[in-house]
Amino acid sequence: MSATGIGAAVRRKEDFRFITGKGQYTDDISRPGQTSIYFLRSPHAHARIGKIDTAAAAAMPGVVAVLTGAEFAESKLGSLICGWTVLSKDGSPMKMAPHPALAHGKANHVGDGVAVVIAETLAQAKDAAERIVVDYEVLPAVVDPMKAAARGAPQIHDVAPDNTIYNWHIGDPEATAAAFRNASHVTTLEFVNNRLVPNPMEPRAALAEYDPGTESFTLWNTTQNPHVARLVISAFVGMAPEHKLRVIAPDVGGGFGSKIFIYPEEVVCLWAARKVGRPVKWTADRSEAFLTDAHGRDHVTKAQLALDREGRITGLKVHTTANLGAYMSTFSSAVPTFLYAPLLSGQYAIPHIYCEVDAVYTNTVPVDAYRGAGRPEAAYVVERLVEVAARELNMEPATLRKKNFVRTFPYQTSVASLYDTGDFEASLNKAMKIHDVEGFGRRKREAERRGRLRGLGFSAYIEACGVAPSSLVGQLGAGVGLWESAEIRVNPTGTVELLTGTHQHGQGHETTFAQVVSERLGIPIENVTVVHGDTDKVQFGMGTYGSRSGAVGLSAVVKALDKVENKAKKIAAHLLEAAEGDIVFRDGKFSVTGTDKSVAFADLALQAYVAHKFPTAEIEPGLKEGAFYDPTNFTFPAGCHICEVEIDPATGETQIVAWTAVDDFGTVINPMIVEGQVHGGVAQGVGQALYEHTVYDDRGQLMTGSYMDYAMPRAENLPSLKVDTTVTKCPGNPLGIKGCGEAGAIAAPAAVMNAITDAIGTEKIEMPATPQSVWAAIQSVNNNRRAAE
Amino acid sequence: MPTVSMTVNGKQVKADIDPRTLLVQFLRENLRLTGTHVGCDTSQCGACVVHVNGKAIKSCTALALGMDGAEVTTIEGLASGSQLHPMQEAFRENHGLQCGFCTPGMIMTAVDIVRRKGHDLEEKLIREELEGNICRCTGYHNIVKAIGAGAKAMAKEGSTQQAAE
Repeated sequence: MSATGIGAAVRRKEDFRFITGKGQYTDDISRPGQTSIYFLRSPHAHARIGKIDTAAAAAMPGVVAVLTGAEFAESKLGSLICGWTVLSKDGSPMKMAPHPALAHGKANHVGDGVAVVIAETLAQAKDAAERIVVDYEVLPAVVDPMKAAARGAPQIHDVAPDNTIYNWHIGDPEATAAAFRNASHVTTLEFVNNRLVPNPMEPRAALAEYDPGTESFTLWNTTQNPHVARLVISAFVGMAPEHKLRVIAPDVGGGFGSKIFIYPEEVVCLWAARKVGRPVKWTADRSEAFLTDAHGRDHVTKAQLALDREGRITGLKVHTTANLGAYMSTFSSAVPTFLYAPLLSGQYAIPHIYCEVDAVYTNTVPVDAYRGAGRPEAAYVVERLVEVAARELNMEPATLRKKNFVRTFPYQTSVASLYDTGDFEASLNKAMKIHDVEGFGRRKREAERRGRLRGLGFSAYIEACGVAPSSLVGQLGAGVGLWESAEIRVNPTGTVELLTGTHQHGQGHETTFAQVVSERLGIPIENVTVVHGDTDKVQFGMGTYGSRSGAVGLSAVVKALDKVENKAKKIAAHLLEAAEGDIVFRDGKFSVTGTDKSVAFADLALQAYVAHKFPTAEIEPGLKEGAFYDPTNFTFPAGCHICEVEIDPATGETQIVAWTAVDDFGTVINPMIVEGQVHGGVAQGVGQALYEHTVYDDRGQLMTGSYMDYAMPRAENLPSLKVDTTVTKCPGNPLGIKGCGEAGAIAAPAAVMNAITDAIGTEKIEMPATPQSVWAAIQSVNNNRRAAE
Repeated sequence: MPTVSMTVNGKQVKADIDPRTLLVQFLRENLRLTGTHVGCDTSQCGACVVHVNGKAIKSCTALALGMDGAEVTTIEGLASGSQLHPMQEAFRENHGLQCGFCTPGMIMTAVDIVRRKGHDLEEKLIREELEGNICRCTGYHNIVKAIGAGAKAMAKEGSTQQAAE
């Protein structure tokens, strides 16, 4: 391993600009003549929009224009779309309602944009917006997904009777029912997977500019996938032809999924920029982020596990109602279906699984992928069920797991996933050893002496990452392929630009991608620059989400590097006057086997561009190669997290006293960065389990719309973590990478809740396990015990 | 419009501003010092922390006019020339940042913690002191490590005084 190659904990190349305040986020960019835009948003969750009087606003100081949903409708621009068609059980397509970038006729959630003011300054735009008068006819709202499909519920969209988007299912219902009939034990759980707000620290922003001379747009945007944004805004919204729209995603301050989607604000900024003839900038404040960023999770689930006398799992039955909010966001349909149910087998050989998912509209912010996207929900179902089953059967949770682990690969699950490789027992055993699970009993007794309840919880999760084989997702309804692209541009002096269709917003690609190039070409890592996030510079790519950048993006890089090496060898053969087959490339040098003749990479690069010493009719000058890589399967990162908690029964406060994570991510390019991804993922999972909760009142007002009432995890809420890995290389891609970005968020909620329920002795508690709810659960246990005595 | 003048990163600045201009807006929009960020609107997240007269404040909660005559240090003024401040170096060395958005505020807060609490910082104390800074990427694990290491490095370089200025 070289000091900067694969496996080295290289310090990040991108850090210098961030630690010195030189990062360039969208809001940091200003254009000459720039205006500010302010969105007037519906204060009602469900209301007919009558007349909008903008006259007083238009007369306010500094106002450039006031535009409404009616004017947007007149523009004949298209609707925002959900790009993944899911079919109901009866074969009918999902009921996708129009989603105009500005509401017209009806507002469907608090925060739905109804008008905009464009002014010289943001303060002036806000002042003027206060003078806009909107006639609202307030309609009854529905926010609870369990009430949305009920008779008499308010109807949100004409295309979706009973607010039902689809009734989907997967698996074999008859075989599963038979497994339950023959089961000697059935474990049943009902739970809510709480709605979360992703909250990347950088709020979303858009800066749009129109150049009438070339009839083209430039959009600076907080997006995880600039090409996908351009494609949707071009092909579906119809703002401009694709080659007349440049999308730049500069430094982006976190995404966690919420910046994948194409939102109304960037569309409106583009539209307004052409209308007013000046650049238009929008930056969300945090309140707007709460009201407009796609939320995550929000499932209500009933799940049952069937087991035989020996504790072998024989069946699993799941019914989930998924709340997709007021409109179908870009990938919302896939999250509670194809990103969820195919993971319900967990790490276990479960012969029969049947899962039904009903998706509904409600008068709430749209729900879409958030770190893990479906897979945290699946892991929560499986890992809570398995832990509770072990308790009910008086078995050690680890023993029940080991009894049911998948041990031979490839393994075809009963819910479509084909697990390629893994060693689940290895990660479980390693985690138990590191965590000193054997010493838990002693620690528990010691805690009891201090009046504390101590609990231990496992989560042996699996996820599907490296999204995704294009033809497979096409069969499942995706409107796009999910390959990735790369280009290696070798310069005449031997430095390299790597262009990737992925995008980094915290993941450190500028370092890890450069490590792969540095090792392969034998050049210093300083000589490699990673270029991404600009549709004018980079070839079409699919962006970053689903832990795909390493597994898919780097595979494209490797393919491009293969081509560079092949061509370079042809040139080397001429330079060294040898047969091409005798050229070997090692440590940055091309040499002729069995001789001391060689040429260094940088010298060869110069010769490639000078083109004096090889026949250019046979070999083109230059050294630049591109590649598109389409994965053959999903990848399946898996591992075991163990959480240990201590609870103060007097206050119900939970403290995480120890955390061990052992993950199998396949090949690790940079262990420092991978550990950081685990830390961050676990923090978000712990946030879901202990703190974060999105609460609407019955009228659809968001009660948790700021950091004063939505509990973001702070430093003192989180433990230090012990993070380690086991490795089974992914057989499906050239580097053996599985992906690491979402694992922590997938594993953590079940680990925390298994630990808390272990400590307090009841399963009847929902996330987030706040001190209040833990205290109440402890009281109910005590009351039941007293009643029984 | 009233006039405000202050010293920012050692440079005298003066401008006519709308009286409601916040310090963070003045830094970002008037002076184009965009290293100081805005991550919330309730003074919770700490992405906007700068030093005013040697002490850390949230620049989203201060009026620029109220800073008349003050000495302000932002993330752009922390390094001396090309020499990084030890706390900046510690964040890089310990992978204390991912997306980088909260980082300037974190580093400015961290330097202030060292000024107030010294160079030998226990993990628990660091975590408590970070109450006013939110990071969504790192889970704080490496930020806590970085601050502990940065505090020690500052002792070596005797830079507490320098940072306080």
